[in-house]
Amino acid sequence: MLLIRCPYCEQDLPELEFRNAGEAHVVRSGNLVAESDEDFERFLFIRENPKGIIYERWRHIHGCGRFFNAVRNTVSDKFLMTYKAGEKKPESLPGDAK
Amino acid sequence: MPQSYRLQGKGRLTPAKGLRFSFDGKHYSGLQGDTLASALLANGVHLVGRSFKYHRPRGFLSAGAEEPNALVTVQRDAARKTPNVRATVQELYDGLDAHSQNRWPSLSFDVGAVNDLAGSMFSAGFYYKTFMWPKSAWKNVYEPKIRAAAGLGVSPDQPDPDHYSARFAHCEVLVIGGGAAGIAAARAAAESGLRVILADEQAELGGALRFESGASIDGMDGWSWAQEAARSLAGMPNVRVLTRTTAFGYYAQNFVGLVERVSDHLASPGGALPRERLWQVRAKRVVLATGAIERHLVFAENDRPGIMLASAARAYLNHNGVAVGRNVGIYTAGDSGYAAAIDLKKAGAGVAAIVDLRDNPTGALVDEARSLGIEINHGRAVVRTAGKLRVSSMTIRPKNGGAERTIAVDALLMSAGWTPSVHLFSQSRGRLAFDAESRRFLPSDYAQDCVAVGACNGTETLEATVAEASKAGEQAAKAAGGKTAKAVAPKVDASESWAGGMVGSGPGAGPDDTVKAFVDFQNDVTAKDIRLAVREGMRSIEHVKRFTTNGMATDQGKTSNMHGLAIAADALGKEIPQVGLTTFRPPYTPVTFGAIIGHARGPLFDPTRRTAIHPWAEANGAVFEDVGQWKRAWYFPRQGEDMHAAVNRECETVRKAAGLFDASTLGKIEVVGPDAAKFMELMYTNPWEKLEAGRCRYGIMLREDGFIYDDGVVGRLAADRFHVTTTTGGAARVMNMMEDYLQTEFPHLNVWLTSISEQWAVIAVQGPKSREIIEPLVEGIDMSDGAMPHMSVREGKICGVPTRLFRMSFTGDRGFEVNVPADYGQAVWEALWAEGRKHGACAYGTEAMHVLRAEKGYIIVGQDTDGTVTPSDAGLDWAIGKKKTDFVGIRGLTRPDLVAKGRKQLVGLKTKDPNVVLEEGAQIVADPRQPVPMTMIGHVTSSYWSQNCGRSIALALVAGGQGRMGETLYVPMPDRTIEVEVTGMVFFDEAGGRLHG
Repeated sequence: MLLIRCPYCEQDLPELEFRNAGEAHVVRSGNLVAESDEDFERFLFIRENPKGIIYERWRHIHGCGRFFNAVRNTVSDKFLMTYKAGEKKPESLPGDAK
Repeated sequence: MPQSYRLQGKGRLTPAKGLRFSFDGKHYSGLQGDTLASALLANGVHLVGRSFKYHRPRGFLSAGAEEPNALVTVQRDAARKTPNVRATVQELYDGLDAHSQNRWPSLSFDVGAVNDLAGSMFSAGFYYKTFMWPKSAWKNVYEPKIRAAAGLGVSPDQPDPDHYSARFAHCEVLVIGGGAAGIAAARAAAESGLRVILADEQAELGGALRFESGASIDGMDGWSWAQEAARSLAGMPNVRVLTRTTAFGYYAQNFVGLVERVSDHLASPGGALPRERLWQVRAKRVVLATGAIERHLVFAENDRPGIMLASAARAYLNHNGVAVGRNVGIYTAGDSGYAAAIDLKKAGAGVAAIVDLRDNPTGALVDEARSLGIEINHGRAVVRTAGKLRVSSMTIRPKNGGAERTIAVDALLMSAGWTPSVHLFSQSRGRLAFDAESRRFLPSDYAQDCVAVGACNGTETLEATVAEASKAGEQAAKAAGGKTAKAVAPKVDASESWAGGMVGSGPGAGPDDTVKAFVDFQNDVTAKDIRLAVREGMRSIEHVKRFTTNGMATDQGKTSNMHGLAIAADALGKEIPQVGLTTFRPPYTPVTFGAIIGHARGPLFDPTRRTAIHPWAEANGAVFEDVGQWKRAWYFPRQGEDMHAAVNRECETVRKAAGLFDASTLGKIEVVGPDAAKFMELMYTNPWEKLEAGRCRYGIMLREDGFIYDDGVVGRLAADRFHVTTTTGGAARVMNMMEDYLQTEFPHLNVWLTSISEQWAVIAVQGPKSREIIEPLVEGIDMSDGAMPHMSVREGKICGVPTRLFRMSFTGDRGFEVNVPADYGQAVWEALWAEGRKHGACAYGTEAMHVLRAEKGYIIVGQDTDGTVTPSDAGLDWAIGKKKTDFVGIRGLTRPDLVAKGRKQLVGLKTKDPNVVLEEGAQIVADPRQPVPMTMIGHVTSSYWSQNCGRSIALALVAGGQGRMGETLYVPMPDRTIEVEVTGMVFFDEAGGRLHG
């Protein structure tokens, strides 16, 4: 069971309290109706599924209830960092981001 | 019966309480502190089982958790039968009743042993190659027969009456293994005052000190030192010592699973104690002090009862005071065999001879053995043994060939050397490296905050072990934030070494293909099986493992993996590290399902949700159905009524008079704030801004892909307050989706969301008399049609308690839903019921609710829709705000496939024969005469007998359905084909007048 840091509670808490909510930084257009089929396809269906660093959303569903973003290495299953929803994708990553 | 192999004045158990026990119905005696194995050995019993495949007689190989052979069934009563218990681990208690396994008719005469004679047929891969045709016979004939003939114990056939407990624990330092290394590490870490947990699988701490007669620490013999240390550790408030506790799994971020056997060693556990306790420990640092396991030697017929590991015989002798034989042979590849021979000789047991694979062994132990007059045959190997149910002789010869000689023995001890127990380290995802000199895999790169010390780290002497462990304990505490003085390592006065040995097959294992030289005792894998696997093309050790099943039994190859690997490497002409190591996976030793499940069984397996009105429904004879976790009243049968009759009566009564229905399970969400209407506009397809306070609207929620996600009636209580209802099953996911959008996509909106599903009990009162029933109980609400038309909501009081009173209908008749605080739910229900009785109302359940809504063509999301249905498909185009520029799903709705012609659309179906009720899920075709497989154009989603319509009714998703009105379609069933007519979805009161009047 992983420990996940909730950036709102500022605590490392067991995975049981959290739920994954899919890839992060998938931006919903403010003018969705005007989007081309291609752009909408990218928004709705296309996901990275990387081997290595993934930016993903989690919800502290059995805690504060907040959605936040996390950077995780899908190979080692290690969380490199978490940050609040709405914050920019971090430019540099701490620790063993290979 | 006398314990004739118990030596007077030897071991640590005497004077101890005598215990009685039985094995295969025969009664024996033993001592408190024995294991089942040591007690049987005290009585001269070596034969305890039959092997998995060949049914060969087997005895004890070990004195610990690595035991592959001595698996027995321990029975307390009819329900408490535990199969596959390792007799070497099971502690003896008075009255213990154990039985051997995998034999018929008896252990000493086993018909299945014919497999052994036909052994040349049963080579590796035999089953794969032989039982291939016909394909279906594998499932029905071969597999059941093979499983009956091969195998281990029989599963108990009654529910487990014991209970199992579970705990979470946190500590700064977790020490796994309570031998000299673990004790030293725990003592050093505990000095810091931080929380330390020390777990060991044995009943007492001590590890290898149990059998090592040559260890002395701090002026005491090794075992006494360990017991003294255990007492002082247990007395420290910051230390928890868990004995009989196996660390079975090492998971992410130092999360370690331990299972504590709480009462398996007690004669009468009583009901209060759990049988086992699962500990889920999160540690800042972990110290692995898991020791090493002795390997057997691989030679022909190395599996007869009486042939065991040298260290096991020492444990039985030095701890239990039991000699495993009176004329014991020793076959060794290192010093460990000598230590056993010396202990036995000194204790007065006869030692026949030592056979040493080494050419010129030297050293103190060799000298001592020689000075005790023990015969030493160096440069020689045991090539064969004899003895039917117990070893009777060993045949030796020079290891490179030469004259054979047979020596009579009644037990034969083996030591090929020691394998570090790196299982947990490997589970932690640490990387192992092969040490070519010692021919061992040792911890190399750490993946987690842990450290391996002592034998599992390849450290060879007791001095080095306790020094390394003390330092590691101190550093672990420091790293975890503790302050500690420099730990003083225990002073080792005398020590044994476990260096040396060999891996792979000995000279007595071939290379010919005729002998059975066992590598893996539990799965009956021999050296020739592994060579055969290589010859047949297996190159990866993972393939060799799966082809031969080496290391795949319940002991997970604790004694066999290294031998198997070395034999495969030899056959491949490669070095061991090039062949690689199989993966270590949890659990380290078998864990019961009970321990993993803990309290989560029976009613505690999944929460059961009951509404506030549940007790009334129960008292009034309701039959319940499960809807998710909810118990919902399904129907209320009266005397003599079956379900059909009850539902028909309920449906008729609602339309003629009225009915009361418990709708409390509906999901309810309060959407509040200055931007509440804006938020609703974005979450639902409908327009909300202009909905007046006090009015309701049926809302549809889509996913971004344009498909229906949920629906429900929404009441606007005030400009900034909506009372949203959802489907029963959708409550949690709708709330989650709303929160998701509010927090991440629309964070600029000033809105709060609150789940109020459980705060309000909901009583639906439906039918022409509904207003008359409610009105007398209500204060402050004008319920007249003019003041409170269909789809409106009012706040006021009912029976003196606050209510949100909705006028809405899921039946098509005049109807209301009375929301009251859940605590008052049953009281208000009873008051309404009393009023209802005056008007001939009934209570109705979910089945009648389903029929009534289907009569009106009201859909149920999840039944009539399946995640690929758009509002247009469901005939709900009208619910989409045409002028809206954004809502969740707006863009998805315009995807090419969602606007294409020929989509499946919801329609009504009427069977040509009104008495025939279709099956839900039945497929629909246009032409019943077409060849199979037919082109299916849709399926039935809802189907009922409608008493009010006097006929069957159904809803269905049919390709292009809305353009097929009046068309005849067909529903092919196994016994007949049913003709149906496509109709509109409303079967009752098509004009809808009853809603208002």
